[in-house]
Amino acid sequence: MSAMRRISYREAVREALREALLRDERVFLMGEDVGRYGGSYACSMGLLAEFGEQRIRDTPLCESGFVGASIGAAMNGMRPIVEVMTVNFSMLALDQIVNTAAAVRHMSGGQFSVPVVIRMATGAGRQLAAQHSHSLECWYAHVPGIRAVAPATVADARGMLWTALLDQNPVVVFEHATLYNDEGDLPAEGDLAVDIEHAVVRRPGRDVTLITYGGSLKKALAAADALAAEGVESEVIDLRVLRPLDTPTLLESVRRTHRAVIIDEGWRSGSLSGEIAAQLAEQAFYDLDAPIARVCSAEVPIPYARHLEIAATPQAEGIVAAVRSVLRR
Amino acid sequence: MSHSAGETKVRLTREHARELMRQMILIRRFEEKCAELYTQEKIRGFLHLYSGEEANAVGVMQALTADDAVVTTYREHGHALARGLPINAVMAEMYGKVTGCSRGHGGSMHLFGAAQRFYGGNAIVGGGLPLAVGLALADKLLGRPHVTCCFFGDGAAAEGEFHESMNLAALWRLPIVFVCENNLYGMGTALDRAESVTDIRRHAESYGMHAETVDGMNVVDVEVAARRAAEAVRAGEGPRFMENHTYRFRAHSMFDPELYRSKAEVEEWKKHGPIVRFTEWTLDNNTLHRDDIAAIEAEVTQLIDEAVAFAEQSPWEPVTDLLRDVYAPREAGGAVAP
Repeated sequence: MSAMRRISYREAVREALREALLRDERVFLMGEDVGRYGGSYACSMGLLAEFGEQRIRDTPLCESGFVGASIGAAMNGMRPIVEVMTVNFSMLALDQIVNTAAAVRHMSGGQFSVPVVIRMATGAGRQLAAQHSHSLECWYAHVPGIRAVAPATVADARGMLWTALLDQNPVVVFEHATLYNDEGDLPAEGDLAVDIEHAVVRRPGRDVTLITYGGSLKKALAAADALAAEGVESEVIDLRVLRPLDTPTLLESVRRTHRAVIIDEGWRSGSLSGEIAAQLAEQAFYDLDAPIARVCSAEVPIPYARHLEIAATPQAEGIVAAVRSVLRR
Repeated sequence: MSHSAGETKVRLTREHARELMRQMILIRRFEEKCAELYTQEKIRGFLHLYSGEEANAVGVMQALTADDAVVTTYREHGHALARGLPINAVMAEMYGKVTGCSRGHGGSMHLFGAAQRFYGGNAIVGGGLPLAVGLALADKLLGRPHVTCCFFGDGAAAEGEFHESMNLAALWRLPIVFVCENNLYGMGTALDRAESVTDIRRHAESYGMHAETVDGMNVVDVEVAARRAAEAVRAGEGPRFMENHTYRFRAHSMFDPELYRSKAEVEEWKKHGPIVRFTEWTLDNNTLHRDDIAAIEAEVTQLIDEAVAFAEQSPWEPVTDLLRDVYAPREAGGAVAP
């Protein structure tokens, strides 16, 4: 087994970008401040010096324009990686992503594919208020033709990008903004690419299934630790892929634990958690021993003040309380 | 005399004049047939006809090579035919048949042709412009000498994507010919009710782009301007912009009662239509004769009849294939264990 090293999520993203640029000449990175500034979350620091302005392309502030351009470049032989600063800003590019990238393959009768990777930061937790903190992944996960992924670990931040680039479909990558400083252990060498089709069990358990993704994974794991002290063994599933959902992995777990709590930083109404709950109710109703519970963001634009931001978003304490309720403790 | 795309000078040989005339008449008759088929409910959905604007698609396409790319709008039957998409496949697409150029998934507004590098009718006004920027960026990065030609209407000039794309194309000196088909109305809103500056050309100039105004009712003028633009773009001079003044003879779509313009205005424009003018001109200078035009009409009628027959006889996509082509299959070697 090769030696392990400890790196941050941010470094993992940067390594993945660098590897992609080295392995495939068709790959280029494009977005606002990805070059001289080094990326708004510093994920592309140093890449401009190594790869030059053609491949590390700073863009003007025009999300629809440069995301649309990445789609055109993908349809014409390139493998663009486009960075949108946050999911909130990606609303300005929603037309291009939904009306073109997601639709073109089917609408053209299979003649054109759009192998583009669109990365964006998402989520709350850094007191950035209502225009930089939302979790709108669900809107993308709603759209056929898109693959939506949410790397929640350093290994996935490092390994999902290459696999996404091999995909002929538009892949939207959601990097939760609170993860960039997190650290994890990775092998020092070898192929680090990972699957982008399956959910994985991050912690096995027999009593309840906690289903989550992205920035909420560590909160769910913290809740599972707290619950273990009470003798409750939680199985924690990291969705990893938000579209298409890996429902079989969820069903397999829920059929063993008979209880499910879904943790989703999106607003509860019309959320991904609602879709997962519906699928579990449709396909595992008679396996359930308790109603499905959800821990989601409150129905409010994410506030600036720290205590309000915490109150508005899922926290370990709320997850613990939801688990106790489904266990009737 | 030979005549190939990539040359700037237009030498209007008899053969070339006949070809321009043939393409314009083909488009006009195709559109008339579509309107007829719409009333018979063979064609459904939205149907936007190009009648009156033929000189633009036909003239511009003369300047493009087979390797160049075309991006266009939902009023794109003329562009598709002038670009060489097979007429049978285009008509079958109108019907929604599986033999259509988009397998019946797109219909009138979404004609695609990979073999012709025809990147589709985009029905989001302004939505095709960023795409054209990306196609051209890829060609530039890959060192290919190709041009991307992007058609859109005057309505697009009010969209943010228009301005974003003008800026990106000029900033990065991309090989694009932008062709604004200014037919004076964005659906039912007259240009001067939608734009603070009605010279759309000036918007392009404000981004440092060379732009010119072209008589979009004169196929020869369009061809000359397009050749000039394409040659400059191919020479690495960055993007060029054509504002073609033209006019749509028919309603915006089949649902439009045309309350926003007078019949007299339409009739006045029809007197100076592209086919009328080119006919008068070629007959006057003896480039073509009445027999030639009659022969073109006969030829075109037969092509369209065959296209309708093809579409009528073609099968529908099986419903079992409903989800086909939503996702592309994984490239070999793509799947890796978690």
